[in-house]
Amino acid sequence: MLFRLAWRNIWRNKRRTAITAASILFAVLFATFMEAIQKGAWGHMINSVVNYYYGYVQVHQKGYWEEQTIDKAFPLADSLKRLGEKVPEIRQVLPRIESFALASTGEHTSGVMVVGISPEVENAMTSLRDRVSEGAYFEDNEAAALVAEGVAGNLGLSLGDTIVLISQGYHGVNAAGKYPIKGMVNFGSPELNKQMVYLPLPVAQYFYGANGLVTSLALKLDEQDDIKPALKSLYQKLDTSAYEVMDWKDMLPDLVEAKAVDSAGNVIVYVILYLIIAFGIFGTILMMSKEREYEFGVLISIGMHRRQLAFTVWLEIIMLGLLGALLGILASMPLVWYFHVNPLRFSGDYAAAMEKFGFEAIFPAIFEAHIFLTQALLVFVITALLALYPIFKIRKMKPVQAMRA
Amino acid sequence: MKVITTKGVVKIYNPDKIPVKALNGVDLEIEEGEFTAIVGPSGSGKTTLLNVIGGLDRPDEGDVEVGGHDIDAMSDNDLIDFRKQHIGFVFQAYNLIPVLTARENVEFVMLLQNRPKKERHERAEELLRAVGLDDKMDKRPSELSGGQQQRVAVARALAPKPDFILADEPTANLDSKSTANLLDIMARLNEEEKITFVFSTHDQRVIDRARRVVTLVDGKVATDEVRG
Ligand SMILES: Nc1ncnc2c1ncn2[C@@H]1O[C@H](COP(=O)(O)OP(=O)(O)OP(=O)(O)O)[C@@H](O)[C@H]1O
Ligand SMILES: [Mg+2]
Repeated sequence: MLFRLAWRNIWRNKRRTAITAASILFAVLFATFMEAIQKGAWGHMINSVVNYYYGYVQVHQKGYWEEQTIDKAFPLADSLKRLGEKVPEIRQVLPRIESFALASTGEHTSGVMVVGISPEVENAMTSLRDRVSEGAYFEDNEAAALVAEGVAGNLGLSLGDTIVLISQGYHGVNAAGKYPIKGMVNFGSPELNKQMVYLPLPVAQYFYGANGLVTSLALKLDEQDDIKPALKSLYQKLDTSAYEVMDWKDMLPDLVEAKAVDSAGNVIVYVILYLIIAFGIFGTILMMSKEREYEFGVLISIGMHRRQLAFTVWLEIIMLGLLGALLGILASMPLVWYFHVNPLRFSGDYAAAMEKFGFEAIFPAIFEAHIFLTQALLVFVITALLALYPIFKIRKMKPVQAMRA
Repeated sequence: MKVITTKGVVKIYNPDKIPVKALNGVDLEIEEGEFTAIVGPSGSGKTTLLNVIGGLDRPDEGDVEVGGHDIDAMSDNDLIDFRKQHIGFVFQAYNLIPVLTARENVEFVMLLQNRPKKERHERAEELLRAVGLDDKMDKRPSELSGGQQQRVAVARALAPKPDFILADEPTANLDSKSTANLLDIMARLNEEEKITFVFSTHDQRVIDRARRVVTLVDGKVATDEVRG
């Protein structure tokens, strides 16, 4: 009966109920949408950045990341190549040998990064083949180079020219070689554009005097959620005294920080949003308590205990909150789903800037149950807390005074 | 048997600012089965007296005994249960819970007493019939006239079989026809069911039907007249 009383009271002032439920609904809708887009955009961004070059996880010889030198290269054992068979989350293992070299044409000299890669495997993660703007991608054993456009520009080289590379190889051996330029690659990132030179892995190993050695293994995973389980099994399967395993957060601390800063900014927006909602709901509760003072007085007079009355009123507000939160979830699901399937697409300068860096300017919403649930729960908790107000009022209420008003 | 006894009851409002002595030493005894009107000019303390008798307000001095119980000694919570069991209230207006039907309103107090559903149902119907609302049981207060609402309030007050009914100006908002009708019902319940009524009023037609008239002036009993 108390339930029935509470339920009917909700419908007593239909317009107010509708307004309150609608404001809760929109709060949930807005907060959910915002969070879904924000998380989705960052997910997409991180995904792009990470797969651009680094990969979600890398394996090096212990200490390599601290002091990135060719001397910390390690043998590419078969077991390492086949890590994917032992760790199901790993889709590809990208072996690389990376170091710096001087590139020259006789007249010009420029510092470059010479990376030996396994062409097909590399392409599977970074889509390097798609970045070839002129010429063609190379094959496994081809003694040829892919040169970033910026490097070629600095050195005045064009397709078919020969690039001469000089460096210090493994354990101090002299490294020198000349390679025909088979393709030009374009990177959005100016950083990469002015320093990247790719060779097929065996060719680079020969150049560095490091046959059979690599400096890093980049691991291709499907998604961020796979990082944790992958790391867990890697720690079990690898000799951690010999190798270091790093995820993108270790390798790209700036990106992590940027995300944190962005999230912190959003917290303020959420707080403001929730404050607005809270005031709205509180207004309703306040009005309702005031309006029903006389009725509360009558109820206590005829023998209803304060706790029974308080419970009924609390229940009423809770039901209202629940109703709004539920409707909010129902309303936001199709909306978020829509933007999940049809991501927001930016155009204009912003998009151009992003595309310059090789990213699509799209913001897909993530569609995950926990977002709806946490937002709805939050709004519901706020309502439940605000519903304590009439309880305090009722506890202190004197029926005689209430009925004199 | 006495159902209500007050001795030297004093009630002071606003003791800190300008004190108002709403009751200034009221001695009153009400016997079972009486049909008593409390009358007096506005501000003479009628409402205050009914509130003190009903345990809604506590006196500053004096004793109030209801059905042999010293209600001043009871805690607030015990007093609520006591009210629910022993006292029926009818207020001037807006007695009923607007979202409940007439029947549910009458059942409500019995529900708070955890009476079984069948008993609640039967008693609510019986009482609503007694106040002449057989055909309005499932109507909500907003669908009833003021007089009908007050009759439902009387039925509700009777539901827990209280020792007596306190009614503060029950006819104040009613037209003369509804007033007569409500008084008929109250008088019949008093005669046939021996229900004790104590009600305050300004209305001469209501005063005329009372069998005892207690007049308050400045918070004191000025006259107390029992009629044939
Ligand atoms: N809660 C209160 N606070 C302050 N003063 C009060 C309060 N209740 C009653 N009074 C004062 O006590 C006196 C008696 O009031 P009471 O309501 O009992 O009179 P009444 O006889 O019922 O009057 P009416 O015929 O107008 O209903 C009045 O002067 C009133 O102003
Ligand atoms: Mg009064």
